[in-house]
Amino acid sequence: MSGGSGEGRGEGAGDGVIDPDVDLRVPAQRAETAGAHAVAVLAAVAAGGALGACARYALTLPWPAAPGGFPWAVLAVNAAGCALIGVLMALLEEHGGKGPGGARARHPLTRPFLGTGVLGGFTTFSVYALDAVRLLEEGAAGTALLYLGATPAAALGAVWAATAATRAAVAR
Amino acid sequence: MSGAVSWLPVALGGAAGACLRYTVDRAMQSRHESLFPWGTLTVNAAGSLLLGLVTGAVEAGAAGPGAAALLGTGLCGALTTYSTFSYETLRLAESGHRRAALANAAVTPPVALGAVWAGLELTRYLAG
Repeated sequence: MSGGSGEGRGEGAGDGVIDPDVDLRVPAQRAETAGAHAVAVLAAVAAGGALGACARYALTLPWPAAPGGFPWAVLAVNAAGCALIGVLMALLEEHGGKGPGGARARHPLTRPFLGTGVLGGFTTFSVYALDAVRLLEEGAAGTALLYLGATPAAALGAVWAATAATRAAVAR
Repeated sequence: MSGAVSWLPVALGGAAGACLRYTVDRAMQSRHESLFPWGTLTVNAAGSLLLGLVTGAVEAGAAGPGAAALLGTGLCGALTTYSTFSYETLRLAESGHRRAALANAAVTPPVALGAVWAGLELTRYLAG
C-alpha cells in the first residue's frame, strides 16, 4: 500500500492509517506540527501523558504484585487502555455518506490528547517486560509464561472487540 | 514510596515520555516508508532498556524512589505503549498486511524483554 492512494481522509483511521499515535500518511497529521501548531499538539500530548501515567500509577499502586505473583493490575491497565484506543479510533474514523451536518467535526487535538497522550501514557510495554523478567528471575517460570502470553492476548482481544463494537454502534 | 510527593515526578515523567514517543515516531516515519511500525517498536525497546537501567540502579542503591517515579513509572511507562502496539497490529491485520501484523505481535514482546534484561544486567555489572 502506498501513501496518498485514497481520497482525502479525516483525522481518524482511514484505509491507510496504522499508527494511532501519529500517522504521517494522513496529510492532516503530517501537517499538525507546522508552525505554532506544534506547541499545541505537544502540549496536548504532554498533558495527556501526565494524566495517563498518573491514572496508571493510581490503579497499580494499591495492588502491587507479590513476589512470584501474577501482575493483575498492570494486565488490567493494559487491556483497558487497548479497549479504549479501539473505541477512540473507531469514533474518529470518518464515515462517508452522512447527510449535511452528519460528519461530526472532531477537534484536531482529540487524537494527540486522548490517544497519543492519555492512552499511550496509561498503557505500558516496559513495565510488562520488567514484570515478566522479574517473574523469571524469581523462578516463577510458569507464571511468567502465562503473563507473557495473556497480556498480548488480552490486549489484542480488547482492541479488536472494542473497535468492532464501536464501529457497529456508530454505523447504526 | 508513597504520599503526594511521588505524583509530581510521575506526571512530569509521563508528559516527557509521551512527547518523546510522539517525536520519535514522527522522526522514524519521515525516514522510512515501511508500513511496519518501526517507530513504536523503537520506543518500546528503548523505554524497556531504560526501565531495566533505572530498576538496576535502584537495586544497587544508586537511584532513589524519586528517580524511580520520574524515570521508571513516568518516563519509561509513558514512552512505551501497549495501546499503540495493539491497535497497529489490528490495523495491519485488517488492512491485508497479516505478515506484518504477525511479525509485530511476535517480535515486540521478546525485544522488550531482552531490552529490560540487558538494562538490568548492565547496571548490575557496573555496580559490581
